[in-house]
Amino acid sequence: MAKLDEYIESVRAENGMKSPLRKPDKAGKVLVLGIGNELLSDEGIGIHAIRALANRYDWAEIEIVDGGTTGMELLPQLEGVDRLIVVDAVRAGQPPASIVRLDGDRVPAYFKTKLSPHQVGLSDLLAAMSFKGTAPGHVVLIGVQPVTLSVGLELSPEVKARLDEVVNLVLAELTLNGHPVKMRN
Amino acid sequence: MTTRITIDPVTRIEGHLRIDVEVENGRITKSWASGQMWRGIEKIVLDRDPRDAWTILQRVCGVCTVVHAMASVRAVEDALKLEVPLNAQYIRNMMMTAHAVQDHIVHFYQLSALDWVDVVSATKANPAKAASFAEGLSDWDANSRAVMAATQEKLKGFIGSGQLGVFANGYWGHPAMKLSPEVNLMAVAHYLQALEVQRSASKIVATLGSKTPHIQNLAVGGVSNPIATDSEGVLTIERLMQIKEYIDKIGSFLHNCYFVDVAAIAAHYPEWLAMGAGVNDFLSSPDLPLDTKGAKFMTPGGYIPGGNLSAFRAITKFGDPYLASGVAEGVKHAWYTYKNGESELQPWKGETTPAYTEFQDNGKYSWVKSPTFYGKPAQVGPVAAVLAGVATGDKTTVSYLNRLNDKMQALSARKIEPSALNSTVGRHAARVVRACVAYECLKANWQLLMDNIGTGDMTTFNKPTFPKGEIMGVGQEEAPRGLLSHWVVIKDGRIANYQAVVPSTWLAAPKSDRDQMASYDVALLGTPVADPARPLEALRTVHSFDPCLACAVHLTDVERNTDVQVNAL
Repeated sequence: MAKLDEYIESVRAENGMKSPLRKPDKAGKVLVLGIGNELLSDEGIGIHAIRALANRYDWAEIEIVDGGTTGMELLPQLEGVDRLIVVDAVRAGQPPASIVRLDGDRVPAYFKTKLSPHQVGLSDLLAAMSFKGTAPGHVVLIGVQPVTLSVGLELSPEVKARLDEVVNLVLAELTLNGHPVKMRN
Repeated sequence: MTTRITIDPVTRIEGHLRIDVEVENGRITKSWASGQMWRGIEKIVLDRDPRDAWTILQRVCGVCTVVHAMASVRAVEDALKLEVPLNAQYIRNMMMTAHAVQDHIVHFYQLSALDWVDVVSATKANPAKAASFAEGLSDWDANSRAVMAATQEKLKGFIGSGQLGVFANGYWGHPAMKLSPEVNLMAVAHYLQALEVQRSASKIVATLGSKTPHIQNLAVGGVSNPIATDSEGVLTIERLMQIKEYIDKIGSFLHNCYFVDVAAIAAHYPEWLAMGAGVNDFLSSPDLPLDTKGAKFMTPGGYIPGGNLSAFRAITKFGDPYLASGVAEGVKHAWYTYKNGESELQPWKGETTPAYTEFQDNGKYSWVKSPTFYGKPAQVGPVAAVLAGVATGDKTTVSYLNRLNDKMQALSARKIEPSALNSTVGRHAARVVRACVAYECLKANWQLLMDNIGTGDMTTFNKPTFPKGEIMGVGQEEAPRGLLSHWVVIKDGRIANYQAVVPSTWLAAPKSDRDQMASYDVALLGTPVADPARPLEALRTVHSFDPCLACAVHLTDVERNTDVQVNAL
């Protein structure tokens, strides 16, 4: 895990996140949620990452959901979640194919200013849930700056090359918070 | 003085919509609705197996997954003239109606109520008065003083911690807000309860669809749910009983809350029953088939020219040539080009070739095409469907419209005439009627399914076979936002052309080839705008159509924060 520790720290540093890692928290429900439109090449990175994670690892203990471009429909899955890890294509003004990690207050702030069909949905849902008092306690967004959004089911070669790193980053989030997942046999 | 207001993006909708209006002496005199995303999605299914198209196309939109999946399998079934077993029809009907109820509730409470309800004002309400007002209108068990007080506390805490900003563009304190603090508080309480109820509706779709948010149980020729009365992992009687519980919960909320809240808004904002009329020609599709062929339906649909109910002409079956020959799409004002000039194309011959220019007031200005029915724009959606119900004397529609008017008259001396449904608040009224009709049909299909299983019929699927040569089909559907049609051309078992003509295309279209306006633009003309920097009134009318432009796709500009620009002309 040492390597993952370093890796997550490096991504945090790249994003100006200086705070120490959270202590492992075994109790709360965890949800790994991929969102995006897989019909628009790199816009679907969240969906590709979820598929890779679902195929390679064992998810008996932790919920993993391909949310596509939905919003309010995700309410049943999001209810009762303490730690939400979102994987998505992000437009954060970074070079193409950069990996970005946002957490805490920066996530809702990010969703609010972003123009995209599905993030509008998720941000409306998170708004409604925080009003209701049931929003997830911790939200982490792991994203990749897209190279292309052209119509097509395949990722660009540049983003595809970083898919494993995205997968590892999700694993690191889980491990560092006390929810490691095992490889499938 | 003339002022130009650009609202970009319109928030609390699905997809990217821009609205430009010119305001003169406090009223809108010109309007341009513009879809800001390219819809090239049809190209992705070209040359694929027609049996797979629905799984891809349900990804087109985050709100309408079930809806697009259904239209796609119907298009292929129509091309093959393939019958669908009764069990499959009932299961599909249940999924569609549960989805419709969920969609309407979300639209009213989570997306558009903030246009009418001032949540900040609710903090000043007297909870006891709010409770007695609400209890006077229904016997809902969650209208008590304790519930109202708890809601108010929650709201105060939420505002106090500075979180109100999570709701994009709520125009708190706007002069056009007219509900009393107590009615506002009731609406906020129901807003929270609506979240619970829409969950029940989602769970019905998830149980039948095998997975959520993307369903997995559809198939060209039926559904893939094996039915068994005694086995795990399939559609068992136990699961069907669980679904019945969800259905009952939904019914209670619709009757006691959604109905009451729409009536309260209509009673307090009567001027909005006389504003915001869209195109006055209405088009809808019959839906919820009760036979294997798609010729006998639970809800009627057809064309009503000029709002004249006695001139109603029914669409009588799936693939009715009256519909298929009438629909065409133009691109004179849309950012596309056609191979042989620019005149309208019937969707089977449709093309999707982008030709972007800048925003040209008198030229091309939208990624949405301009559909017409026999040469004219039409208004689709809940109003068209309710009017078709009234025109044909559909008992469920008429009785719910009457019940809504009973509630209205308990609050004011007013009544909503069918003609007033074509208005900003009238569309909300039509939508709650449609939600209740969907609920009744959901209940009825549940019973039909149980009864049919009781006869020993477990069939859910007819296997499709694809002939050599070219065939064409249309998948039509009365979706929550109105008439949806998917058009497929299949050649030697592969998709040779595909077009989707979606409800928001009918409504948000730029001007047609003959420069006729579509419903958003027609409805906005004459709308008052008290404060150009906060054009709440324009948003009320646009939101009343429940815009969903995500099935238009592709971002053109992503990092702008300003959403309202005002320029003196």
